Amino acid sequence: MSVIGLIRMGDNALVLGQRLSEWCGHAPALEEDIALANIALDLIGQTQLWLGLAAMRDGSGQTADTLAYTRDAWDFRNLLLVEQPNRDFGVTMMRQFLFDSWHFEALSALTTHADTDISAIAQKSLKEVTYHRERSTDTVIALGDGTDESRVRMQSALDRLWPYMGEMFTQDADDLTDMTLLRTAFDAHVMPALDTATLTPPDSTFAHQGGKNGTRHSEHLGHMLAVMQSLPRSYPDATW
Amino acid sequence: MKQEWPLFEVFIRGQHGLSHRHVGSLHATDAEHAIQNARDVYTRRKEGISIWVVPAAEITASSPDDKGSLYDPADDKVYRHPTFFDIPDDVGAM
Repeated sequence: MSVIGLIRMGDNALVLGQRLSEWCGHAPALEEDIALANIALDLIGQTQLWLGLAAMRDGSGQTADTLAYTRDAWDFRNLLLVEQPNRDFGVTMMRQFLFDSWHFEALSALTTHADTDISAIAQKSLKEVTYHRERSTDTVIALGDGTDESRVRMQSALDRLWPYMGEMFTQDADDLTDMTLLRTAFDAHVMPALDTATLTPPDSTFAHQGGKNGTRHSEHLGHMLAVMQSLPRSYPDATW
Repeated sequence: MKQEWPLFEVFIRGQHGLSHRHVGSLHATDAEHAIQNARDVYTRRKEGISIWVVPAAEITASSPDDKGSLYDPADDKVYRHPTFFDIPDDVGAM
């Protein structure tokens, strides 16, 4: 088994966790601020498990930290969706809703993976992600079916992020499970929620690709990593 | 934000057998949202196994101005405390 599949799971959690942490101190309400920070910390915790396992299996002396802090953008294997900038709270929550809905199905499939290290990480993460999905779903519904302005912002967020959805269901030999099989269950959760939120899915199946195979990350990832990696790159031996 | 969300009072039960205790308050759009927020704000460190939320506006509180009539009459009625009873040694710690 290639470790790329593990790195993909870890990088998704790492990049989205870093993105969410950018809201710390800036969210529209104190309670939302704490919730986003909690979810960010859940994701960083999952990152340690996935990248830690990848480093161990790789056997070339890497650790979760060196994988997170010393790789360049082209070595990252996260989905394009999670590296998209936060923009407004609507875009952030729509991105979260789409990712959580995929993440939930992916982890559910991995809980029965033959590799017990993988299934253990999936089982632990799934408890957290079940809550993430519940929260982001409720928020998307509340804002979509909210005021005129919140509805416009959520529809605009959906239109903006829709082309980044298809990559989640692409499949190659490095993936830990068949991602194409997740789409039915994903749709069964996402579509009724969007309907309840009075939002209209765009009539397009175009999908940007190049994140999970590292060939074409968006320009946003490098800027994000520059911030995230600045301290360990400037002070490589820094410790707490 | 011009319009504040309604205020909810949060009660957490720490473990089985104990009663819910008031831990603080938070803002939320509705009761379900308040439960989610309470989970994030007040149970991050495994503080509880059960959460109650109550709209703060629904709580009727006694007035500090009434404390004379509400509490002072108990001052000179020490016989209401059970300290006048002899506790048999066999009872042990009470």
